[in-house]
Parts: sequence; C-alpha cells; structure tokens
Amino acid sequence: MDNTLLSLRGLTKTYPGVVANDDVSFDIGRGEIHALLGENGAGKSTLVKMIYGLVAPDKGEMTLAGAPYRPAKPSEARQAGVAMVFQHFSLFDALDVAENVALGMEDPPKSRDLAKRIRDVSEAYGLPLDPSRVVGTLSAGERQRVEIIRCLLQEPRLLIMDEPTSVLTPQEVEILFETLRKLKSEGTSILYISHKLEEIRALCDTATILRLGQKVDTTTPSETTARQLAEMMVGSSFAAPEARHTEKGDVALEVRGLSLPAPGAFGTPLRDLSFEVRAGEVLGIGGVAGNGQDELLAALSGERTCPAGSVWLKGADVSRQGPTARRAAGLLSAPEERLGHAAAPNMSLVENAVLTAGKRKALVRNGMIGWSRARDFAEEVITRFDVRTPGPHVAARALSGGNLQKYVVGREILQDPEVLIINQPTWGVDAAAAAAIRQALLDLAAGGTALVVISQDLDELVEISDRFAALNEGRLSPAYPVADLDMERIGLMMGGAHDMEATHAP
Amino acid sequence: MIRLERRPEPSKLWTAVTPVLAVLLTMVVGGILFAFLGADPVGAIRTIFWDPLFNPQFAGFTRPQLLVKAGPLILIAIGLSIGFRAGIWNIGAEGQYIMGAICGAGAGLAFYPSESVLIFPLMIVAGALGGWAWAMIPAVLKTRFGTNEILVSLMLVYVAENILASVSSGLLRNPEGRGFPGSRNLRQWDAAANLELIPDTGMHWGVVFAFIAVIGAYVLLTRHIQGFNIRLTGEAPRAARFSGVIPARIILLCLGISGALAGLAGFFEVSGPAGQISIDFNSGYGFTAIIVAFLGRLHPVGILLAGLLMALTYIGGELAQLMLNLPGASIQLFQGMLLFFLLATDVFTNFRIRIGTGETA
Repeated sequence: MDNTLLSLRGLTKTYPGVVANDDVSFDIGRGEIHALLGENGAGKSTLVKMIYGLVAPDKGEMTLAGAPYRPAKPSEARQAGVAMVFQHFSLFDALDVAENVALGMEDPPKSRDLAKRIRDVSEAYGLPLDPSRVVGTLSAGERQRVEIIRCLLQEPRLLIMDEPTSVLTPQEVEILFETLRKLKSEGTSILYISHKLEEIRALCDTATILRLGQKVDTTTPSETTARQLAEMMVGSSFAAPEARHTEKGDVALEVRGLSLPAPGAFGTPLRDLSFEVRAGEVLGIGGVAGNGQDELLAALSGERTCPAGSVWLKGADVSRQGPTARRAAGLLSAPEERLGHAAAPNMSLVENAVLTAGKRKALVRNGMIGWSRARDFAEEVITRFDVRTPGPHVAARALSGGNLQKYVVGREILQDPEVLIINQPTWGVDAAAAAAIRQALLDLAAGGTALVVISQDLDELVEISDRFAALNEGRLSPAYPVADLDMERIGLMMGGAHDMEATHAP
Repeated sequence: MIRLERRPEPSKLWTAVTPVLAVLLTMVVGGILFAFLGADPVGAIRTIFWDPLFNPQFAGFTRPQLLVKAGPLILIAIGLSIGFRAGIWNIGAEGQYIMGAICGAGAGLAFYPSESVLIFPLMIVAGALGGWAWAMIPAVLKTRFGTNEILVSLMLVYVAENILASVSSGLLRNPEGRGFPGSRNLRQWDAAANLELIPDTGMHWGVVFAFIAVIGAYVLLTRHIQGFNIRLTGEAPRAARFSGVIPARIILLCLGISGALAGLAGFFEVSGPAGQISIDFNSGYGFTAIIVAFLGRLHPVGILLAGLLMALTYIGGELAQLMLNLPGASIQLFQGMLLFFLLATDVFTNFRIRIGTGETA
C-alpha cells in the first residue's frame, strides 16, 4: 500500500440517462505509468475529470498518498500535486511561451526568472523550447511541450495526459516518451489516456481498461497481447454476426489511392485510401473518433475536392466535382454533425430540405425555389420517417437530436441515391429511432443502393454491414466480409494493427 | 437573479417590435440629451419627426426631400443587407458610392457636350461598374489572401475620398469654372441630368432604382437559390459548403452587388441632387446606410421603411439645427443612438429574460 499514490474506490458518476462511470476502482502507484484504455464513450474523460476536480463523483472516494482527496476545482487538484495536459490546448497564440506559462500559474514569478526556469525544465526533460517564441508560430508538438512544461513547473506528483500523441509526429512521440520515462524515473506518476494499443504496450507499466463506464480489468500491458487488450476494450458482448447474402450489382463507388492533407491543425490527413462498394452492398467503416471519419466524408461528399482519378462513381471520375454535381450524379451523403453541417440550425425544415434536395427533387427550377414543392418534400420526409415536429416550418434546432437525425437521414434516403455515404447514422439517437434508421438503411441497400456507413458503434456496423474496414490515423484497412471477422480481429483493425495481421487474412 | 435564456426559435414578434422599441428609446434618450442642450425636448422631437412632413410652413419644401434622401440610403442599404445576410461585412459603401459617382460622371463628361440619348444609360452603367470594381478589391483580397473585408473596404473609403479630392480639382474640374474645384454641373446638361420625374415629389431615377432594388432583393432572398445560398452561408457556413455553395463565389457576388448598388446611388446623387462632383458632394450616405440596413432587419421591406425613417431624421435634424440651434453633431449622435438601441433590444429576439434562481448547470 505504501507505494500507492492515488487510489480510486467505487467512483460512480451518473448523467441523466447515462452512467458514465459505474463503481470504478484502481490504484496508481508512485513512479508508475498507468494507461487508461477504452473506446469513445467508455467513460475515460469523466473519470479523469473527477480526478482533476472538474466533476464531482456521485459516489466513491479517492485517496492521494494516503490522505482523503476530493478536489472541488482544478486549482485544488493542482495544489494537491495533480496536473493535467489536455488533448486540446488552451494557449494564447499572440503571447509568447513564458507569458502563456505565467497565465496558468497561481503566483507567477518575474518574467526573467520564469524564462530561466522554463529553460531549465526544458533542458532537464529533453523538451527543446524557447521561452520567448510566440505560441502562434509553434507546431502542435511544441505547443504540447508548453502545456507539459506548464505542468512540470508545478512539480506534480501525478501527471494526467489525455491522448497526447494524437497531435504528434512519430519523432515527436519518441521525444515525449523519453520525457515521460525520465519523469517516471524521478518518481512522478503518470495517468496516460489512449486507445493506441502498441503505444501503451511500449510505454505503460499498468493498464486499466474501461468499457461502458465499468472497469473491465487492470493488467500489465507488456505481458498482454494487443489482441487481448483490444478484446477487453471492445468487448464481445454482442452476438456473432450473421452472413448476409445479398445480390450485389456492379461497382457503384470506387476510391483509388485517395490522399488529402489535413484540413486544419486538429484534422487528420487521408493517406492512400482505396475501397470499392457495389450496388446493394453495405460497407461499414469503423474506427475510433478522429481517425479521419469527418475528412473521409468531406472528400466523398465533394465538400473537399480530391486529386483527379481518386473517386469514381459508376466508372466516371467525380474527384474534381463539388457536392452539387456529385449529388446530381447520384452520390449523396449525411455528415455526423447534424446542427450546423447537415442542417442549418436557424432555418426551417422546409429550407433544410432545399439544402441538399434542390436538384434531385426538382425543388429548384431555373434558379427559382418552388417552396410548395419543398414543403411537400419536407412533409414526406416527416411522415415517412416519423419525425416528431409540430410541422415543417419549425427551425431545425428546435428538434431533438434523434428527430433531426431521422429528418436529415430521411432527406437523403428519399432522394433515391445510387450511393449513400453516412457518418454516425445513429449517434445520440434513442434506441427506437436508431433501429428505424438502421432498418431504413438496410431497405435502401436491398433496393440496390451502395452504402458506406462510417460509425464508431461496432454493434451497429456488424449488424448492417456486408464488409467491414477500419480507419486508423487516416489509413483504411482492407475490407473483409463481416461474417469472417470476430471481435478480436475487428479490435486489431481499429487499433491500427491490421498490417501485421494481413498475412493471416482469410 | 436575472438570466438570459436562449429561445428555441428566434421570436417573430420581437423581430418586428425591436425597431419600434429602438425608435421610442431613441426619442426618449434623445429628448433628455436635447434637454441638456437647453432645448425643449418635446419640441425638438416634434421638429425632427413631425414638422418635415406635416408642418404647413415647411412641409411643401421638406416632403419631397424625404425621397431624395431615402433613395440613396435604401439603394445602398439593400446591397449591404445582402452581404450582411451572408456574414460579409462591407463597411466601405461610402467609398464605392464615391467611386460610382466619379466613374458615372466621368464617363458622361468624356462626351460633353453631346446630347445623345445614350449618355445617361452609359453613365448609369459606368456608375454601377465603378462601385462594383471598388468593391471587388476587398472581395478579391479576401478570396485570394483571406484578408478581412471590414478593414479593407473601410480603408478604401479614405482612398476614394482622396481620389475624389484629386479629380474634383484636376481631371474632372469644370474648364469653365474659373479654377474653382468641382466638375461641370450635370443638372444643367440635359443628356446627363437626373431631375425630378414627377414635380414636387422628389422622385428621381435613383429612387426608381431603389424601389426596383427592394423588389429585386426581396425576390432574390425569398425565391432564388442564390439568395438561399447567401442566407445559408450566413446562418451555417459548414452546412453551406455541404450543400455545395462555394464560399468565394458568395463573397464575390455579395460584395459585387453591394458595390454596384452603392455606385449607382453615388451616380444618381451626383447627377441629381448634388449636381456636380465636388470635394464634399457625398453626405456620408454610405455609412448611414449601415444603420438603415440593420434598422430594417436586413429585410428589403424593412429597409424601405428604415430608409424613409432615417431620411426623416436627416431632414428633421437639419430643421432642428435651423430652428432650435441644435449642434449638427447632436443629430449624428441621435442617428447613432438608433442603431445602438436596436442592437441592444435585439437580444430579446433570441433570448428571453428569466427572473429568479433557476438551475445554473
């Protein structure tokens, strides 16, 4: 017990309708790098927020170095020696490194002393950083160093790192790992949140796996295979997928070697993606959030045009076409973000019908909008997909998430697409609505539409897909028939280990 | 505790009520201001809002002025409102207005003293093109280099003012004007004059174009797909891109329309009420039109009404200066207050006030 720094006992946190953490207990030892592993929505961030004083647990207790620990706010956590590096940085671009660090301190020293301390810490831990550089000119990896140094200046006993490598280049990852190992050797404990299995096996001493808010196990990653970790993370709670025998037609959509640079600082580049979908077939694309899902949808919908020769619709190259031309040719899409992307929040459902259906439903003729036709179409979507709304004149943002999702999915389905790309079709939707949407997608495929369903819900993908592929850091694994896959393989594909396993492909 | 709570939908009632409320608040606070300046507040407000239209002594002269002043304001504000709907902030209409006037007048004067019927249409086209070209500078810089159109268009106002000063004492100076700065008087040249179409109404070609612009903008925004795309871009830029809207095209379209309309307004002003290009022919309409656009809720019909109201404060303000010796600056303050109160009361369109201790999480 002496060696335990932070001990969690029975932590429970309930949000309306969701149990984010259910009776989670584990210990973090002194000088230990402890991994917290789990899928999106497994409860990792809620747990960390409780440790960092951002959220108060409903039940359970924590002890830090033997003393009761119940931080009411982050500053109390910092005083107790708990520091955290967030996934998204909170830095001011216009200020220099030292000024940014000073802003995060309760009692900043004089700027010259601070600059010296920053330089000392950055040299001691092998994190090269010039305190007088303006943050706006730094790379993502350098910005992370500012955050880390800001934490290290507080000489923390426990450092929490939330998905630190998601913004780093491989070289920067190596530098970071060296720093973390050095901290460990000095007795600092690190809670390392990630879903990258190989990273965890290389770096961490212990791993706690969360699934659906509950602790699955605490293991030693170096003695556990990536396969076992993936299995614990994904769970095998659902029934074995059935092979579905559908009549498949010709290739409807083909993607050949699609590469696109990242759209922004936190975007993911697409790296050499290739796949094809046949008429009547459902291709499920899994993967942990932020591995290129949004970018893939934008590239296929036409929001971002692609290099010539990379996207083919029924044998025609549509790579350079925008959304309007692709829609006219039969390639439709529904993005993940309902408000602001798939629909304009302050516009009515009728206006939101015109958003994508202007051409295919002839709502716009000679540039003029036929509002009565648009209203008819909006009402058709509302009736066919059981959208609960007082009427089509209501603003999109007044609808509940599930109802708006039914509306935006229905809007695309009722346009008789030849190919439909859909990202997170049932995200945040209640069970009944989710089932209705899935059924509608299956019916659409049965009618001869080629579907690409991008989702983080594996149960959903297994239920409706014919073939499954996984996105990892902007790369797409080969697609395998769902019937040939088990949870282990799916987990490995999602963790990015598909390359080393490819030789055993059935 | 008083809290603001977001309404699920923008209130239709408040959208209509806030301009009226803003006018009333401006009257009250303006009245207090005038009282401090030593004038009778009720009398001052009556002089501004009532006398120009109904006072038997001046109304005969001031009533036609209403359309003369409202015409350019409406024409410019309609153009601006289209851009504002898309979230494109053209603050430099004054510059586009000046350049439209210079180009329109210049194109005509090149043919002086021809009496061809083609002169006036040529000048209209040149005026619109002048304003359009001046607006294309911020548009192209924004689409190419991502510059801020607010700053660029505003700075170009000062460039345009200097060009105006230069041409009125140089290139366009009246050769028969005995060296005084200022162009030939277009009102005295039949081929180029933009005179009253119906006597004693103030109705000139600029007012006709303003009405056409109101109708055109209404059709564009409510019926046409480009108008829909403009509104969509303003409401949800990501949804607009998903829909297939190309942002650069919307920027060029919106700045182009607002520039061309401002240029038209400038030309009609210089060929009509002002009569000649001179260093100070422009009356700041390009800036006042921003207030008109917002006061009219960026809606064409609203802008029509707001333009008339703002014209009234101009005329009434002049009357108040004359009759009550109020300083000119207090009238500008009065107009500014109108926008200030409109923006302040606008909160109630999207929010409602909740009093009491609700749950804060």
